[in-house]
Amino acid sequence: MEWMYMHMPISGVDILWPGLVLIGFSVGCIGGFFGMGGAWMVTPGLNILGFPMAFAIGTDIAHMAGKSMISTMRHAKFGNVDYKLGIAMIIGTMLGIEVGAQLIMWLERIGQVGPVVRWVYVVLLALIAWLVFYDYAKAVKADKQAAQTGGESKGGINWAPALHKIKIPPMMEFKEAGITCSMWLPMIVAFFTGILAGFLGIGGGLIRMPALVYLIGAPTHVAVGTDLFEVMISGLYGAFTYSLKGRIEMVAVFVMLTGAAIGAQIGVVATKYAKGYGIRILFGCAVLCCLVSVVLKEFKFNDLAAVVVLTSIGVISLYIIKIMVSGAINEVREKKAGGAQAAAH
Amino acid sequence: MFRHWMWRGGLLAVLTLLPSLAWAAGGGGATDIVVVADTRQLAGANFYFSELYNDNITVFAVWAVVLTTACGAVLGVVMDFIMKRTGIDLTKRSIVEH
Repeated sequence: MEWMYMHMPISGVDILWPGLVLIGFSVGCIGGFFGMGGAWMVTPGLNILGFPMAFAIGTDIAHMAGKSMISTMRHAKFGNVDYKLGIAMIIGTMLGIEVGAQLIMWLERIGQVGPVVRWVYVVLLALIAWLVFYDYAKAVKADKQAAQTGGESKGGINWAPALHKIKIPPMMEFKEAGITCSMWLPMIVAFFTGILAGFLGIGGGLIRMPALVYLIGAPTHVAVGTDLFEVMISGLYGAFTYSLKGRIEMVAVFVMLTGAAIGAQIGVVATKYAKGYGIRILFGCAVLCCLVSVVLKEFKFNDLAAVVVLTSIGVISLYIIKIMVSGAINEVREKKAGGAQAAAH
Repeated sequence: MFRHWMWRGGLLAVLTLLPSLAWAAGGGGATDIVVVADTRQLAGANFYFSELYNDNITVFAVWAVVLTTACGAVLGVVMDFIMKRTGIDLTKRSIVEH
């Protein structure tokens, strides 16, 4: 079975390469579907395969950049990427990450960094999960009421229209997202999500995707695509800085990307067959899994946390594959039926 | 041979003692430890990039970004070529929010 192990030239460890392909594939699937990098899933996976933690993080970030590029290319074909919105947000994100990093350094100086970061992370994840599920419940209730009264459904949580009323120039139109608002709105939202990302030391997709939906008012599909564009840029920056620190294993990045290339196609194409709220609910479940794993880690149940992460990766990616395959089969079948009908006439 | 394994084991021991570098925990301090790649048994591209890693980390970092971008772009184009042949319409979606 020696052929199943690949020597990593920099870290000097031998790694089971099919494991790398599988991690890349699963996280490609999930990332393409939700619009996030998925660092919380990849890092423990790489660590279990035998990567030293320092290399796992850097390798994960570089892989995240390449994978997001593949997903962004696919999402762009569906019209799910608003580049203008993405670029407006990148500025805010970068500034925010820097402020978040400074906050971390201040906490380090007063010796409170570990517990504060972890509990802020837990509270934030709980809030995001609550927001997603509450929004869904509210939307279902509003739909039922609308069906009874015959009126129009008010939908779920919608904070964006109120924020769009702030008309500080310059006003910008974001065509793909279908919104017109002050340029400052996405920049400020990105700044605050960036602070959280920098503070928590995460890529930020987990926070930015719901922020794009609930605060900026982007449709879910566009939020997913635009967020991936941002993950790509920040991932490339992260790959550079982690390489400078010598914490990257390029061979592993390439092996993971081969799996991610296939997974990303499945994840992105699955969004074509999933309703916006379907994506949000599944996203909420992923956030809950992340929350459970962080809490378990806090109480030193590291093995159990890894089991939770790996199980959730498996279950969620299998569900996404099911959405994609059943949707694609139906579409191809309908096309064939349409073609046969046209030939009969 | 014994020295080689001692060296490698030592490197691994150092690396595995770094859980505090956990990114999600807001780690830090990664720059304090210097890792040297063992190039004695490497050849070809692996040897070239590992030597670069040891000698000039800035050029290595530039290569890492360029190669990641190139790999992502090439795989994206290849997968696009394959996906076009599946018969799925990859240019529009009909489902929206609800």
